[in-house]
Amino acid sequence: MDWEYVAKILPLYGKAAVLTVRIGVLGILFAILVGLLCSVVRQMKIPVLKQLASVYIELSRNTPLLVQLFFIYYGLPKIGIKTDPETCGVAGLAFLGGSYMAEAFRSGLEAVGKIQHESALSLGLTGLQTFRYVILPQAFAISIPGITANVIFLLKETSVFSAISLMDLMFTAKDQIGLYYKTTECLVLLVVFYLLILLPVSLLGSLLERRVRHAEFGT
Amino acid sequence: MAEPVLTIEHVMKKYESQTVLYDVSLQVHKGEVIVIVGPSGSGKSTLLRCINALEEIQNGEIRLGDQPIRSGAKDLPQIRQKIGMVFQSYELFPHLTVMNNILLAPMKAQHRQKEEVKAEAMTLLTRIGLADKADSYPRQLSGGQKQRVAIVRALCMHPEILLFDEVTAALDPEMVREVLEVILQLADQNKTMLIVTHEMQFARAVADRIILLEEGKIRDDTTPEEFFDHPKTELARRFLQSFEYSRTSKGDNQGLSDRPRIPSAQYS
Amino acid sequence: MQSLGLEVLFKGKNFARLLGGLWTALQISLISIAISMVLGTLLGILVGRKNGIGRVLMRCYLEFIHIMPQMVLLFIVFFGTAKAFGWNLSGELSSVIVFSLWGTAEMSDLVRGAVTSVPVIQYESAMALGLSRPQVFRFVILPQALRRLIPQSINLITRMIKTTSLVLMIGVVEILKVGQQIIEANRKSSPNAAFGVYLTIFLLYFLLCWPVSLLARQLEKRWG
Repeated sequence: MDWEYVAKILPLYGKAAVLTVRIGVLGILFAILVGLLCSVVRQMKIPVLKQLASVYIELSRNTPLLVQLFFIYYGLPKIGIKTDPETCGVAGLAFLGGSYMAEAFRSGLEAVGKIQHESALSLGLTGLQTFRYVILPQAFAISIPGITANVIFLLKETSVFSAISLMDLMFTAKDQIGLYYKTTECLVLLVVFYLLILLPVSLLGSLLERRVRHAEFGT
Repeated sequence: MAEPVLTIEHVMKKYESQTVLYDVSLQVHKGEVIVIVGPSGSGKSTLLRCINALEEIQNGEIRLGDQPIRSGAKDLPQIRQKIGMVFQSYELFPHLTVMNNILLAPMKAQHRQKEEVKAEAMTLLTRIGLADKADSYPRQLSGGQKQRVAIVRALCMHPEILLFDEVTAALDPEMVREVLEVILQLADQNKTMLIVTHEMQFARAVADRIILLEEGKIRDDTTPEEFFDHPKTELARRFLQSFEYSRTSKGDNQGLSDRPRIPSAQYS
Repeated sequence: MQSLGLEVLFKGKNFARLLGGLWTALQISLISIAISMVLGTLLGILVGRKNGIGRVLMRCYLEFIHIMPQMVLLFIVFFGTAKAFGWNLSGELSSVIVFSLWGTAEMSDLVRGAVTSVPVIQYESAMALGLSRPQVFRFVILPQALRRLIPQSINLITRMIKTTSLVLMIGVVEILKVGQQIIEANRKSSPNAAFGVYLTIFLLYFLLCWPVSLLARQLEKRWG
């Protein structure tokens, strides 16, 4: 290991990591939003929108992010939709992640029993109140493990962003290997930085999951 | 006689191919305790669910006072506020404490003041000996405790009628009594109640009227004394017999098939 | 009307070339899938056993593979082995190694999950009926575990097919690369080729993965 070299390029990696995290976080937030919209539309069985959501979910889940990004970044400008690489990265991540989040929310909603719904109704709550005060809080808690798994999955997926010329960690590593042939240093730094990003999320995820899995409330 | 609290007229309930209730009619008057008995699958629970419009009915009418109860109607939440229902599986909301379970509907549906409902809830919880559980979560309670809280939750809405749907069927035997005693107390306070149960001793003690439901039809409607001591119909006799056990002398039986057949009592 | 750039696909052998690129990627997936299914199943059954140091090593391997993006793993194998051992692995071979390592880890998790998903009382009640241990496994546990495992492994297959698109990044000439070449070659005549070509690639992947996903869901529903 050439420590001098490592010290020299550390700031470069730091910058790249910040970019990865920034796009990752933004993309995930939008993915959650898209996922929520889809699951509400499907839960409420709104015609047309419901079918659109299903088509979107199938398209998003059955194509690779890299191909989605290529289409958004290189293909869409040809029909007049131009975006800068960062926006494109966020959009791609939201497009991919939205369907995964929608599935997480759906399984949460399905896990709340039908009789819970009925018992809330029988108390005289309206349908909306039942959803808001009884179904949603339970469904959300049940969805948490799925959501954190998706967050980790999506953060890992950000590693393809160099394909749309974003100077993220992968881009920096490849660039440096090409320039100076310091392969070992570059790869070690790559692994370390991804661990720095992913390990805390993963630990937090398993902590939350343990809390939620056994009995949801009141420990 | 005064206007009945609840009127059920010619109610028919059908699932796709199967008819569960045929032309059921029943009136419940203020302060009356009616126990509905019958073999499982006879439509008892369905009848209760229809009263709360959790099931759609295909024919007939159900009225609370003079207000018709129709599934899908706009005023359904308002009517349901006046009908308390307790489920076999308790159905406390697991994400809320005992107190918040009780407060939810009075505050959100009836828009009552929190302090006022809380005071009432505390009084009721104290009466059933669960005042110290107010801040516990449902999963920290035993089944019997959960069911008693569910009863308090229904009571705090000040319902005009209470529906009990086999509320002890999921409980361990030693917890059945603590729940049934609460219901007996309510009967002493002249609450109007419609109770579905398999506990015959309890039915006898609590009921003003016993209804025997079988295959979706009311087959008997009489006082508990008549029903249990002098059952008039063959059906009632057979039903009551299904709660008794007998066997021939010990070494006689070679296998299950040789046992005298126990009338097919089914507990759901 | 503006051209959508779809016309390049009908020019010469362009569409066939795209399919050829897809087949390259698919070959890498299929080989990795086959290796992963076999090794993953073995590992999944073995990893449950108590076996000191081997077990610790296994857990480290599984954890590392799980948390690292597949791109990083590709870089480590593709660039790292050249540096460390002087090997000059081709992009294709590097990808097969990485996707097999990754697929094996995922598969072993699914197998372990499927076996432990059968409640202990099921073992006990089968034993209580006097069945031998192999009989219990063969007639009681395995059928239940498979019902869970099969849909999940089919899902893993689609995930592996999708992930194989990453080989572009280490220079394998697969469908996206072929697409780039076609767009480049027709820059003058079809300036909008990028739209048509990438849309086509998008749809081709979809047509490949969607039926497999549907099958998995169908089985899940039937056995759920």
